[in-house]
Amino acid sequence: MSEPVSQAPEAPKTPEPLESQPSGAPIVGVPLGLAAGGTAIGRRRSDFLYYGLRNKKLVFGLSLELLLVLFAIIGPMIAKYPPLALTGAQLQHPGGTYWLGTNTLGNDLFSQLANGIRESYLVGLLGAASAAFVGMALGFTAGWRGGILDEVLQMITNIIVMIPALVLLIVISSYLNHPSVTFEGIFIGLTTWPWVARAVRAQTFSLRSREFVEIAKLSGKRPLAIIVQDIAPNMASYLFLVVILLFGSSMLLAASYDFLGLGPTGVVSLGTMMNQAQNEAALLYHEWWWFVPPGVVLTAMVAALLIANVGLDEVFNPKLREQ
Amino acid sequence: MRRYLTRKIITYLLAFFVGMTIDWGIPHLMPGDPIQGLLSKFDLDSASYAALYKSFAQSFGLNVPLWQQYLDFWKGVLTGNMGISIYAPPDTVTSLIFGALPYTLALLVPAVVLSYIVGNRLGAAAARRKALDNTVLPLGYIFQAIPYPWLALIVPYLLGVVWKVFPTSGAYSETLLPSWSWTFIASLLDHWFLPFLTVFLVSLGGWAIGMRNLVIYELENDSSRYLRALGASERVVRRYAYRNASLPQLSGLALALGVVIGGNIVTEIAFQYPGLGRLIYEAITDQDYFLLQGIFIFIVAGVLIANFVIDLVYISVDPRTRLSMQGEAA
Repeated sequence: MSEPVSQAPEAPKTPEPLESQPSGAPIVGVPLGLAAGGTAIGRRRSDFLYYGLRNKKLVFGLSLELLLVLFAIIGPMIAKYPPLALTGAQLQHPGGTYWLGTNTLGNDLFSQLANGIRESYLVGLLGAASAAFVGMALGFTAGWRGGILDEVLQMITNIIVMIPALVLLIVISSYLNHPSVTFEGIFIGLTTWPWVARAVRAQTFSLRSREFVEIAKLSGKRPLAIIVQDIAPNMASYLFLVVILLFGSSMLLAASYDFLGLGPTGVVSLGTMMNQAQNEAALLYHEWWWFVPPGVVLTAMVAALLIANVGLDEVFNPKLREQ
Repeated sequence: MRRYLTRKIITYLLAFFVGMTIDWGIPHLMPGDPIQGLLSKFDLDSASYAALYKSFAQSFGLNVPLWQQYLDFWKGVLTGNMGISIYAPPDTVTSLIFGALPYTLALLVPAVVLSYIVGNRLGAAAARRKALDNTVLPLGYIFQAIPYPWLALIVPYLLGVVWKVFPTSGAYSETLLPSWSWTFIASLLDHWFLPFLTVFLVSLGGWAIGMRNLVIYELENDSSRYLRALGASERVVRRYAYRNASLPQLSGLALALGVVIGGNIVTEIAFQYPGLGRLIYEAITDQDYFLLQGIFIFIVAGVLIANFVIDLVYISVDPRTRLSMQGEAA
């Protein structure tokens, strides 16, 4: 697996990937931005907007991502068949009737692709949201309190890393009749939060002894208020980048699980398309239209996020801007 | 410092204990039981089924209460005797694991280390050099964004099916028996290349982009400015930047290597490669408690050792960490 590497000594990569963990989890990039220590107090929002619109990476990444999101919304509506419907025409090449061809069962692959993209975005959102929530909660607590509580939380983090997520997934799935997309997304979130917790902990650690935090303490604010109002805003841009990276890596992880046949049932995803193509030996019969599009699209979805991410990093952190 | 180290070692031992306990528990949480699965392969009448069930349960040590099984498990961990595999009965867990380990290590260690070296060099070279950056960066994003299972379809398709240069599955030709002959070794290498290539490629982008960003940050650092102000050549400045930027990357490498021991399930399934990852998969399908537990020891130990090495490396290499540790302990 693979986890992202950050500035902090405790922070790790994978992959992740994964990883990846498990098994080829993708390594995600290094959000440096404010991680590196710059703080953004008092910088005006309009400044970010100005640099944001001028940053080619950000504009390119965001536009590509928006196009893909639009496709995920419109695609399933304009598809002529439901994704699992048997059209009766098997292994058609891409053409006028079946835009992206059909597979050995006679499913319309355009419809499968469009729905698969939607499922990927859904899993990515759920995974990113749950991992960010748990990781930040534990990271802030550990970094703020320190001491024994910090050691205990770090130990829990290490233990989560040690549990092979894939094995856990198989065990839990064996109890569920129909694992859903929601389950997959939340499962991914609950197994990938450790690196977020580590990074947030390290940053909270370095921020909590700064003067403005001391002042907040002296003014009698409660710890939760200090964390939410004083500490979190100082790493807001970093947290934002973390969520974007989690979003991308959740989508990739879900594709791996689906490829192994461990994904949600009764749903078509980009991973299940690859799984079926592999099982039906689409490679040997040169049925490229079956297995090439899902991978190309998913690569574009994640790459667009990564490019926008680096662009954002440059917007937030002047040191990284191109000279 | 000593106080810090004692505290670290205690938490690592605790984590090892808790991790092993959870990994012992997970297989037991699976529905059904392994002996049922084993016996369902034979056609038995109910009397002999019951008799066989009892004798199997006894020989696998599954007829005793759970707490007793748990103690037996720790005895096995400490004595290195992990019992007999349920999935491949006459073989012991240890022999199965050591049979698969060489394949996993030979596949993943070179892939991880080489991608680390090449990726870091590429990334460092690309930082703040426009022409190189414009090719390395987009390629890096693409490699980082490729879903691994898809790479494991496309690479064998191109190099194994369209352009028939490499075999796409197995660890050696099915017509050969393992031996120390040149034909066998050649066959091993031939089968090793595609899975190696996919793991190498999929890790490359992450290292390259990570290094590029870290080096850019270091080059803009006050220390680099000071060096330049002293009149140091750009080459020297870059060398220092590279060394400083290597630290977080190094901890990433340690973690990546720590996870290697558990094998790479997706790679080994996609390429039918007989390493630990595939062994895990088969152990799960056959509910082989003992085999799973045996492999888990490697995973738990790998992750913990990697983390511990990172801690030690930081303390010895980075004086800032050393200072903050002392401050923390005080």
